[in-house]
Amino acid sequence: MELQLESIRKVVGGQVYLYEMSLALKPGLNVLLGPTTAGKTTLMRLMAGLEQPTSGRILLDGQDVTRLPVKKRNVAFVYQQFINYPNLTVFENIASPLRIRGGLSKTALRERVEATARMMRIHDLLDRLPAALSGGQQQRTAIARALVKETGLLLMDEPLVNLDYKLREELRIEMQNIFDSRDAIVVYSTTEPVEALMLGGTVFVLDQGRLLQSGPVLEVYHHPDTQRVGEIFSDPPMNLLDARLEEGQLRLADGQRFPATSHMAGLLPGAYRIGVRPNHVTTAPTGPSSVAVPGVVELAEISGSETFLHTATAPGPDGSPGKLVAQLEGVHRFELGQPTTLYMDPDQLYLFDMEGKLAAAPERIWEEAV
Amino acid sequence: MEKTKNNRAWFLVLPVVISVSFSAIIPLMTVVNYSVQDIFGPGQRVWVGKEWYVDAVRDADLHAALLRNLLFSFEALLIEIPLGVFLALRMPAKGKWASLALVLIALPLLIPWNVVGTIWQIFGRADIGLGGYFLNSTLGIPYNYTLNARDAWYTILVMDIWHWTPLVALLAYAGLRAIPDAYYWAARIDAASNWAIFRFIQLPKLRGVLLIAVLLRFMDSFMIYTEPFVVTGGGPGNATTFLSIFLSKLAVGQFDLGPAAAFSLIYFLLIQVFSYIFFTTIRNIGRGDTA
Repeated sequence: MELQLESIRKVVGGQVYLYEMSLALKPGLNVLLGPTTAGKTTLMRLMAGLEQPTSGRILLDGQDVTRLPVKKRNVAFVYQQFINYPNLTVFENIASPLRIRGGLSKTALRERVEATARMMRIHDLLDRLPAALSGGQQQRTAIARALVKETGLLLMDEPLVNLDYKLREELRIEMQNIFDSRDAIVVYSTTEPVEALMLGGTVFVLDQGRLLQSGPVLEVYHHPDTQRVGEIFSDPPMNLLDARLEEGQLRLADGQRFPATSHMAGLLPGAYRIGVRPNHVTTAPTGPSSVAVPGVVELAEISGSETFLHTATAPGPDGSPGKLVAQLEGVHRFELGQPTTLYMDPDQLYLFDMEGKLAAAPERIWEEAV
Repeated sequence: MEKTKNNRAWFLVLPVVISVSFSAIIPLMTVVNYSVQDIFGPGQRVWVGKEWYVDAVRDADLHAALLRNLLFSFEALLIEIPLGVFLALRMPAKGKWASLALVLIALPLLIPWNVVGTIWQIFGRADIGLGGYFLNSTLGIPYNYTLNARDAWYTILVMDIWHWTPLVALLAYAGLRAIPDAYYWAARIDAASNWAIFRFIQLPKLRGVLLIAVLLRFMDSFMIYTEPFVVTGGGPGNATTFLSIFLSKLAVGQFDLGPAAAFSLIYFLLIQVFSYIFFTTIRNIGRGDTA
């Protein structure tokens, strides 16, 4: 089974929702990653048949299904809102797609519903109405409703975004197991790079209605084609520093230089933008070649067991304020306004040209991804 | 822990206490006062105890008016609620037509009640009224709301439907717009029919606003006064004498303040009881909704 979208485009009232793009989806997990208004939901609605593309074709196993109404397609959709029929019990909610389709005996239907409910661990709640469930249970019911149909295409539009952190982790792991056990094309959209990395599979990075890059998740993560992909696929966003490459040396805004070695060797001289992930910025030098960037503490956010340290560094050549964010393991205290020096390792720097295209990427270090 | 005593908080409640006293408690107590006395004139009154209440409860005319009013409210609700929901479902959801439809549908609500009565009084006349003339001369159906009790009844009913269905439609329209689009997408993915969408998504989601619509329409139709007063004055005979018309005839027409006061209190109680029954029953139907 394969879903192909051939040079599809979506324009609504003169506004471009999706610029022309082509993508092929294979059984397994396909993650659509992008910020809001990237076009993820529109793309999924096209895949489901809820909307028709302005131009282009959608092929399912080579068969054109572009104009096939959603009723005749075999798809399931889970939304970020918890969508269940409000006055039907959990059992009836899960059974509803099967009942509409028909052709199942009473006992077979009951078995299917119960098996799915057990898989989503809501089999004790079958008699309840959705309003009597917690948010997590409501979404489990909605997911069960999507799974019970056993469709070839399962679309999940940010299904976990309205749940709290713990539930999200729990459900994500369970769903991963369910996806693995099925031979369906699963399309999962998210705004969070971490979620994409955890889920794995193939990732499609979208931004402002454009498909920027696609491929295996780790590949895209380690080798972003453009600065924008690097920004989207990094949370907190990738740090970007202006630099000039002259005589084999990179010069930062504050005037300090360091040799452009290893993966950065052999580049043409000129203006570049250095990209460095916050988790690669440290408070102590990691080696003899570490580059020291002096700055002033602007903000220290504590997130879980990590601290995000924001510093103001030397302004760029155009006078724009310089910024460097470090993602530090553990909870640390910093005084605002306190001068501090952060370090980055030249081996972990990305270089983008001024058009935002990748010029050099560090050697891949596979084990540090997740 | 030591508690500080400070009764000055009372002053904050005082404005409300004073305004509610003047707007509700004092007038109501005046009515209570009247209901246990026979008023002959200023300074001339006799204590009669519960006599007016007993009279009111036994009054055959009052029974008839009560039944008439219940039947009227029942018929009005039976037609206005489904019709209002139907209109709301048919109204465009967005675009310039939506605004136009909203304005058109809300128009009857903007007309003062006695003007509504006047409009229909003229509209129904066989000689100069568009509706009355059409029925009598064009269709050949004898129609005269001043002579025929049935015609009068239907005139008042149709007028009420014309006047108040828009309220139900607006409430239902607002309720429908509050349903997230994802529900409709989900239903389409499930290949649900339009009827199933209405039955399993729209209707349950509308329960909250429909409860309010039913309550408002019941209370208003149970207290209907101005429109029938203008059109028929309660006639012909007693055919359109609803409770409030009956009451005003008693109080203003015959100046029987005592019986009118006693009956007012019973009337007040009836509305409360019916509203409570409606409220609790509808709230308990299909309690699965969070909206």
